[in-house]
Amino acid sequence: MLTVLLILIPLVAGLVTFGLKGSGPKALGLVASLASLAVTIAALFQFRTAPDTLQLTANWIPQLGAQFSFGMDGMGLMLCLLTAISFLLIFIVIYNRDYERPNSFYGLMLLSQAGLVGVFTAYDALLFYVFWELALIPVYFLCSLWGGEKRIPVTFKFFVYTFAGSLLMLVGLIYIYLQTPDHSFSYASFISGAVAPQDQSWLFWLFFVAFAIKMPVFPFHTWQPDTYEQSPTPVTMVLSGVMVKMGLFGVIRWLLPVLPKGAYMWSDVAIVLSIIGIIYASCIAIVQSDIKRLIAYSSIAHIGLMSAAIFTNNEQSLQGVMVQLFNHGINIIGLWIIVEIIQNRLKIKNLNEMGGIAQYAPGIAIFLVIISLANIALPLTNGFIGEFLMFSGLFQYNVWFMAVAGLGIILAAVYTLNMVQKVIFGQSNGLTETTTDLKSNELLVLIIIVGMILVFGFYPKPMLELVSGTTELVNKVY
Amino acid sequence: MNALISTALSGVVMMFAGLLIGNKQRIKFVAIVVLLICFAANLAELSTIQAGERTLYGMITVSHFSILFNAIALGATLIFFLLSGSAFEKVGEHVSDYFALIFFILAGITLASTFSSLLMLFLAIEIISIPQYILAGADKKTPKSSEASLKYFLMGAFSTGILLMGITLIYGATGTFNIGELALGAGKVNTLALCGIILMAFALSFKVSAAPFHFWTPDVYDGSPTVFTSFMATVVKAGGFIAFIRIFHSAFVGERLTADWQMLLAIITAATLIIGNFTAVFQQSVKRMLAYSSIAQAGFMLLAVISMNTYATQGIILYAAAYSVATIGIFAVMIKLKDFTFDGFNGLARTQPVLAITTTIFVCSLAGIPLTAGFFAKYFVLAAAIQQGNLLWLVITAVICAAISAYYYFRVIIAMYFKQGEVETEEITGGFKLMLIITAAIVILLGIFPGLLLQFV
Repeated sequence: MLTVLLILIPLVAGLVTFGLKGSGPKALGLVASLASLAVTIAALFQFRTAPDTLQLTANWIPQLGAQFSFGMDGMGLMLCLLTAISFLLIFIVIYNRDYERPNSFYGLMLLSQAGLVGVFTAYDALLFYVFWELALIPVYFLCSLWGGEKRIPVTFKFFVYTFAGSLLMLVGLIYIYLQTPDHSFSYASFISGAVAPQDQSWLFWLFFVAFAIKMPVFPFHTWQPDTYEQSPTPVTMVLSGVMVKMGLFGVIRWLLPVLPKGAYMWSDVAIVLSIIGIIYASCIAIVQSDIKRLIAYSSIAHIGLMSAAIFTNNEQSLQGVMVQLFNHGINIIGLWIIVEIIQNRLKIKNLNEMGGIAQYAPGIAIFLVIISLANIALPLTNGFIGEFLMFSGLFQYNVWFMAVAGLGIILAAVYTLNMVQKVIFGQSNGLTETTTDLKSNELLVLIIIVGMILVFGFYPKPMLELVSGTTELVNKVY
Repeated sequence: MNALISTALSGVVMMFAGLLIGNKQRIKFVAIVVLLICFAANLAELSTIQAGERTLYGMITVSHFSILFNAIALGATLIFFLLSGSAFEKVGEHVSDYFALIFFILAGITLASTFSSLLMLFLAIEIISIPQYILAGADKKTPKSSEASLKYFLMGAFSTGILLMGITLIYGATGTFNIGELALGAGKVNTLALCGIILMAFALSFKVSAAPFHFWTPDVYDGSPTVFTSFMATVVKAGGFIAFIRIFHSAFVGERLTADWQMLLAIITAATLIIGNFTAVFQQSVKRMLAYSSIAQAGFMLLAVISMNTYATQGIILYAAAYSVATIGIFAVMIKLKDFTFDGFNGLARTQPVLAITTTIFVCSLAGIPLTAGFFAKYFVLAAAIQQGNLLWLVITAVICAAISAYYYFRVIIAMYFKQGEVETEEITGGFKLMLIITAAIVILLGIFPGLLLQFV
């Protein structure tokens, strides 16, 4: 019941928001995201005591054996929590910003939240596919309506790319569906191992391409930097914080358990692609002068590590990935919030035009440093535990893979610290001298983020426990 | 049977209505009432069918499937009348005649869904085609319309000839016109009959504008009065497909025989998908884009013709409904605009938000986005083809083409929402908006619960 509520709240609120005027949309957005967070936390408690009550199944299309089947396991719950927290933080940060046509803006944001939660909770393959595509539509409109100068071609490319990937996945879904003994889309039938090994080999690619485009993994990443750069920053937060997790989530929830042999056959290729992505994106990030593009490439590198770790067939690294799904989301949203604040004050994106902000806005500087350190995965920040587990898994899989991927840590330090130095230290100029420090709502959000960074850095145990059930399930089948 | 009689009579009624009623609004009203009567008559026949189907004199077989299809065709026509009926006046003086011709086409379509003899098939195709030649040339003042009519007539007459030749060859080889008897003898087909089948496949491909027999389509659809293009590209095309799927699925079903024509049709399908989608990308006019889009969508429906399973029959029903309703909706909006190019849609979201949002839903349905009817339509035809097993290459082609189709469909959305411009529209009444919203609601309802239609298949 709570699961469905989690989809319905943003969905209904989103639809209502379209009809509101004035500051109504802002208020409703805030209330709805608060309610979502409350429901998610209630679900967390219920997960400990009675996890079965989070499942819900109802008839949908009896002719097909498709059902409205929602549910949550540890990973799904964690991602729902990430979604709820992200949207709440985003809505708080942009509370004193004004967007043109706020009713459409907030409405579409809430609809995308509903779509994302649907993806994370669907336990029916067709339902998963429907939400997978639906989450894309509001984001497409958000980017195209409120984005930068080149928004229309860029978001169009993004849309066509992901749409093509999804359709390939649809073919795979239908094929597997026809192989299931009871012709059903339910998760249980899908992971029952009905797919012949020789079929798994090519089916793997239909799914992997769809997920790889979303993550994105090299060489399917070309839409990503442009889209992150051109989107309005709140939407970029949704995209990079939550939406790219759909790809990784898809691999763990669907690809590995449904096509274990296919994943095993192609794991080397998938890992090599991911590692190329890490090195390639890190190198490009180093030479970026646009702060949004820099963070975009940094995100490709981090995601590359996660996708490499997924395919190592190792319990530890899988757990690391799942923890990192959450922590990466929090960290990158933190970075984007800083970018948003700087852009709001100075209206520039070029790193070379910034400098010396620390003198005039020490608050921004402190938070940027902490979040950046988490982005490099320094020990005692939340990024550390996930990366450590992932590298340990990668090490057991193949030492050389680990060695090359490990270069990514050094490169991450290079571009992140370089960015910190250019933004807040160095000579100030006429423009950066006008920087005003954090407002109360921004301060609140950044304190929450840094709080999570530190708490989960010191004490990651609850998270590891939360996802352990999912790890066991995947490992049993895989 | 009821549907056939009632639509044919309605055609006659409409012709007389033109004599007796001067007011054009009233003629439209009469047409809608008469259509509703046809719709009810069609459904009333359900009670008379006990054992699944009823055959009359070996010529016509009425089944649940045919009644369902007729209901969709008549329902789609009803939506068409309600949305675009007023636009008939802009074409010419003889409004009642246009309605009469459309009823005659409907009579042909109901025959196409019920024939059980090749003779009746031929009659059905002819009854569908001839009124269309007239409708294409209805706008007598523009040369483009006459050109479309002539082109359509010449090409159409030629293909009808081929169809007739195919039927003759099959008769020569088997000695029967009856579909049931043909199916019994399909195990031992000789070369003569095979030639006949190939000729029929070509002729029917022409009627549903499958490549490489599609060259008439863009010119005819572009030249004809827009309001009639809307009807020709949707309900009529669905009627062609129902004839296609019925004859190939019920008469030519031998084990070896099926494999023979399947290969041929698979190549035609791939060509249709590729040519339709790639050419649509380069169009500057929405009307022409929709003409090529109708070719592309025909490619998807052909997937159902190739596949011999229950998904195929479910798929063709759903596809016919989803495609017809969405396309009729887009055309209805387009008729209200002055400029049929993509630029003509610029900024529609600002001036006419209702038109823009409904058009978006229709376009999403054509592109096959989930939660619209078009998604499940595509789903079923793809599932049908995948279940065939040996057609995966075709399925992948289809899926890539579907991704390409998103490109040109979304150009309409981009123009409406993301570009600036002042759209000149005709006066938009509240009733029109309400009708658009109802149509869009149908699209979404079928997109969430396709079972509403499928439970009758």
